Amino acid sequence: MKPRERVALSRPVADEVRKTTCYMCACRCGIDVHVKDGRIRYIEGNRDHPVNRGVLCAKGSAGIMQHYAPARLRAPLKRVGPRGSGQFQEISWDEALATAAEWLGKVRADDPKKLAFFTGRDQSQSLTGLWAQQYGTPNYAAHGGFCSVNMAAAGIMTIGGAFWEFGAPDWERTKLFVMFGVAEDHDSNPIKMGIAKLKKRGARFVSVNPIRTGYSAVADNWIGIRPGTDGLLILSVVHELLKARRIDVDYLVRYTNATWLVIDAPGTAEHGLFARDGEGRPLVHETVTEQIVPAGTNGARAGLSGRVQLDDGRFAVPSFQLLAEKYLDDKYAPEAVSGETGVAVDTIRGLAAEIARVAFEEEIFIGQPWADMNGQRHQGYVGRPVSFHAMRGLSAHSNGFQTTRALHMLQVLIGAVDCPGGFRFEPPYPKPLSAHPTPHGRAEHFGSNTPLAGPHLGFPRGPEDLLVDEDGRPARIDKAFSWDAPIAAHGMMHMVIANAHAGDPYPVDVLFMYMANMAWNSSMNTAGTIKMLEDKEEATGEYRIPKIIYSDAYASEMVAYADLVLPDTTYLERHDCISLLDRPISEPDAVQDAIRWPVLEPDRDVRPFQTVLLDLGARLNLPGFSDGHGRPLYKDYADYIVRHERRPGIGPLAGFRGPDGDRTGRGAANPLQLQRYIENGAFFSVHIPMEAQFFKHANRAYQDFAVRMGFFDTPQPVTFQLYQENLQKFRLAAEGLRAPFAPQTHRERIVQAFDPLPDWYRPFGEALADRNEYPCHAVTQRPAAMYHSWGSMNAWLRQIHTRNPLYVPGSICDEIGLKDGDWAWVISHHGRIRVEVARMEAVNASTLWTWNAIGKRAGAWALDADAPEARKGFLLNHLIADLLPPREDGLRLSNSDPVTGQAAWYDLRVRIEKAAAGGGSEPQWPPLAQPEPEAHPSELRYGQEWAQ
Amino acid sequence: MTSLPALPTPKKLGLVIDLDTCVGCHACVVNCKEWNTGGYGAALSDQDPYGAEVSGAWLNRVHSFEVVPEGEVVGEAGEARIVHFPKSCLHCEAAPCVTVCPTGASYKRADDGIVLVEEDKCIGCGLCAWACPYGAREMDLAAGVMKKCTLCIDRIYNETLEEADRTPACVRTCPANARHFGDLGDPHSHVSKLVAERGGIDLMPEQGTRPVNKYLPPRERTPLGASAGLLLEDTNDATGFFGWLDKMLDRI
Repeated sequence: MKPRERVALSRPVADEVRKTTCYMCACRCGIDVHVKDGRIRYIEGNRDHPVNRGVLCAKGSAGIMQHYAPARLRAPLKRVGPRGSGQFQEISWDEALATAAEWLGKVRADDPKKLAFFTGRDQSQSLTGLWAQQYGTPNYAAHGGFCSVNMAAAGIMTIGGAFWEFGAPDWERTKLFVMFGVAEDHDSNPIKMGIAKLKKRGARFVSVNPIRTGYSAVADNWIGIRPGTDGLLILSVVHELLKARRIDVDYLVRYTNATWLVIDAPGTAEHGLFARDGEGRPLVHETVTEQIVPAGTNGARAGLSGRVQLDDGRFAVPSFQLLAEKYLDDKYAPEAVSGETGVAVDTIRGLAAEIARVAFEEEIFIGQPWADMNGQRHQGYVGRPVSFHAMRGLSAHSNGFQTTRALHMLQVLIGAVDCPGGFRFEPPYPKPLSAHPTPHGRAEHFGSNTPLAGPHLGFPRGPEDLLVDEDGRPARIDKAFSWDAPIAAHGMMHMVIANAHAGDPYPVDVLFMYMANMAWNSSMNTAGTIKMLEDKEEATGEYRIPKIIYSDAYASEMVAYADLVLPDTTYLERHDCISLLDRPISEPDAVQDAIRWPVLEPDRDVRPFQTVLLDLGARLNLPGFSDGHGRPLYKDYADYIVRHERRPGIGPLAGFRGPDGDRTGRGAANPLQLQRYIENGAFFSVHIPMEAQFFKHANRAYQDFAVRMGFFDTPQPVTFQLYQENLQKFRLAAEGLRAPFAPQTHRERIVQAFDPLPDWYRPFGEALADRNEYPCHAVTQRPAAMYHSWGSMNAWLRQIHTRNPLYVPGSICDEIGLKDGDWAWVISHHGRIRVEVARMEAVNASTLWTWNAIGKRAGAWALDADAPEARKGFLLNHLIADLLPPREDGLRLSNSDPVTGQAAWYDLRVRIEKAAAGGGSEPQWPPLAQPEPEAHPSELRYGQEWAQ
Repeated sequence: MTSLPALPTPKKLGLVIDLDTCVGCHACVVNCKEWNTGGYGAALSDQDPYGAEVSGAWLNRVHSFEVVPEGEVVGEAGEARIVHFPKSCLHCEAAPCVTVCPTGASYKRADDGIVLVEEDKCIGCGLCAWACPYGAREMDLAAGVMKKCTLCIDRIYNETLEEADRTPACVRTCPANARHFGDLGDPHSHVSKLVAERGGIDLMPEQGTRPVNKYLPPRERTPLGASAGLLLEDTNDATGFFGWLDKMLDRI
């Protein structure tokens, strides 16, 4: 028994634990980084952290290999070979920053719109947005346009919040959870933890997704819907609920615009708009006294139906009557939608029945008295324990905005928004549309060496807020907020390169991007995008996009196309703030933010991008970044996080404010704030009082709390907008009834897409494709163990997803004789790819799919050129056009949602043909040279020095 | 040839893995590698880590299977399902990997039943991997020794860790709460209760290995279609939907 005792059971794990925030995806979990001998011994979830409560996913657990990956950039780089060759020369930071400042300074003086500054999956948009505003270019956005702006915009415009970062299911109380189109990467740990809680309680979990992987695999019920038809399924459920009269009428009257009167005056400029009094207040029909009174009048019994005459003689109906009439129509009956959606009639009916049963027969009551905004006291909170969550499966279609609106309408009809057991808002949300800015970027908003007149991004209230010139032409390079995509609230990053290359609406001089792999997996039409980046003007020999500055921590495909590379640090070497001004990590019961800090010092000549941006801001003399004489106002990003104030007393971090660090939300800057965060585990959390925790949109105590915290300066309650008047304004413009009028070229499209009530239409990508020629859908799913393209440089994660097959439904395999390991061509109207096939049954019968962003370009990410990611992996992106096919009038519009401009990745239609055996994936490109690569070890024995 | 403990071990430490909530995310797989590559024994090496033939030693892997229950419709709205199946050493009571070991390197601890490899004695012959019917052992190509799950023996008895953290890395990190650790020899332990309540099963019992680890099968599921008849059109009112709606206003 002697050997047994040789096991050292109680060795200390490491020398020190440093707590920070993960960045292996966008989840922002708390992590404990165990540091031993100056190296990472182990990374685990922080048990005290409110996001992940100690757990950590595969990506987070592979942080060691991310941090030490050979793909890390080592120093600033100047391109010396042609674009795309990967030939660079290392330069000093002095030279790099002087070059950038010279390029940017000239553009700022000459014509600031010739800078296009777009950032990818970073978490510092409140800084980057401010920088771009002070610089004065109209051309700034982050990556929301190609990610999930439909989700954000539809949510905010309907209920004042949205899924994921603005709200979450009430995991502790919900009894029926329905998830639409959620892949495994977003909010991943909270969702997994939540699903486990539901299952332990015996709550039902329904997943609507064409593909049954990940979460769907453990769902009680999987609805393998046909892509792009979720909206129709949801409206059919609404139809069934209305027919059975299973709606929460009390909730609708209290919290929505169901009673607001809609003007019924066809052919006039106000048809379909709300009737309002002289002060702009919407009107309702008081049915006892038969009078028209402002909404919210105390004691009014406001009608939900009935045509009434207004004082000015016009007629109007409550918006709810329009809603009910629309969805009671038999075209939404389960029998009518079953064929299009591929969902059995009984399944649709059963889903509606379960929603109704749980909402109304399993009601929850929490006996906590509270007061609403009208001063009315309530004995407690009534909960309808049905909750929903959705993500890109809804939003990445050209009908995604309306589909997401439909889902929010469904939640509201059953009274399940921000109640116990339902979907709950996370502070600083809810936030009414009126509290969001309108976009800025029209010619009168900017000029030489001048800040932009206001924020770039926001929500147009109607066509008058569009960023277009007097002829209706787009003001922004991405054409966001133009008639092409009027409510492009997150911009349209996916169109920047194509538009800049085409000089439509104008050329740019400098393209400045951060952490966005536009030369590969983040672009539609990847092959075309690569060519656009390489194209030169024949006359001058100069690149069509003359100067490209790019910042990234790793040798991604995009690095090879930059002229100047600003190397970023890894997530363990930097300061960051996960700010309430940006993309919050609050929970429904608590206000929360967090930081990252350098738990390890960089061993290379790299700098955090945010610090570099501050430096450039000072060199360019931007107000707010420089003292006016080129001297920086902030030493680095850490200094900015602590001392920057957006409004007096409101800074990037809400915790430990004030000279003594005892103020929350509002308070003077505290020089020791970051130290306090570090001592607290790198996050801050303050609980919302119980009397303020539910119905936040109408809860007096919550609204007062929100003002105290500094979210708002006055209470901002939200009335849910089932009927969306702003959309109707665009429709009137498209009907030629209300100025400014939509151009003739866009009228039909806007009339179709801007229904003020949630609507469903066939996604453009499908509607325009020949159904016989392209009979299948092709979509991606995001694997749980890899976040977009971040992970192939990771020696551990790439062993899990070394290459991606195309999963093909068994029935299609049988039809064309495919078996596992065969190769096939997948063909769209835009391109063709050659891929390896794997058979699958747990998938919608017309849907092909693969894992997102596993395929890599040879030579990128410091992988050997013959890595399977490059030779056998592939991207669907090559099949997806950035533009829709030309119309009869020759116009080519972006392959995006017509309301928000969200990239319609999932509209793709294809056909599949068997290919010859063997070989590799196509298309292929020449391997990229590596910028000054570290030697690749042929073997890793990480931690061997600590072996016993 | 190595002997197993002569008497049943007083404790049977092991894992209970819940196939009802495992979403196949690989958190346990990677966290296990991360902990153990700097922990007990030689590092878990990776060969050709940035090249074409990348591979490595892992103590825990997740296999995903597609199952099409017989008699059910496949395809749209069908019931084909994916089962994510994490698998590591099951710390068998009749561990064939121990009895086959020619050097005594593989052994089962008499007090808690954990099956370990004493790497100094391991000659890398691979007989144990051949004998294990579960494929739960992997050779480390750099060290030339056999690696396997230790139940994080350097965590579970580690007095430098907080009590709550004295659990295997895979259990601590699992986001879906699909992994549980405890004494399966104690009928009152939470893991034994889980096995009893949920009908936990042995993996391949016909092999006679008597694994300590147990798997909890997916819970019963009720199709949505079973509720289809519950929601009936309400026509209880001559005034129709809007008449009903108007009456509802009086109840507010």
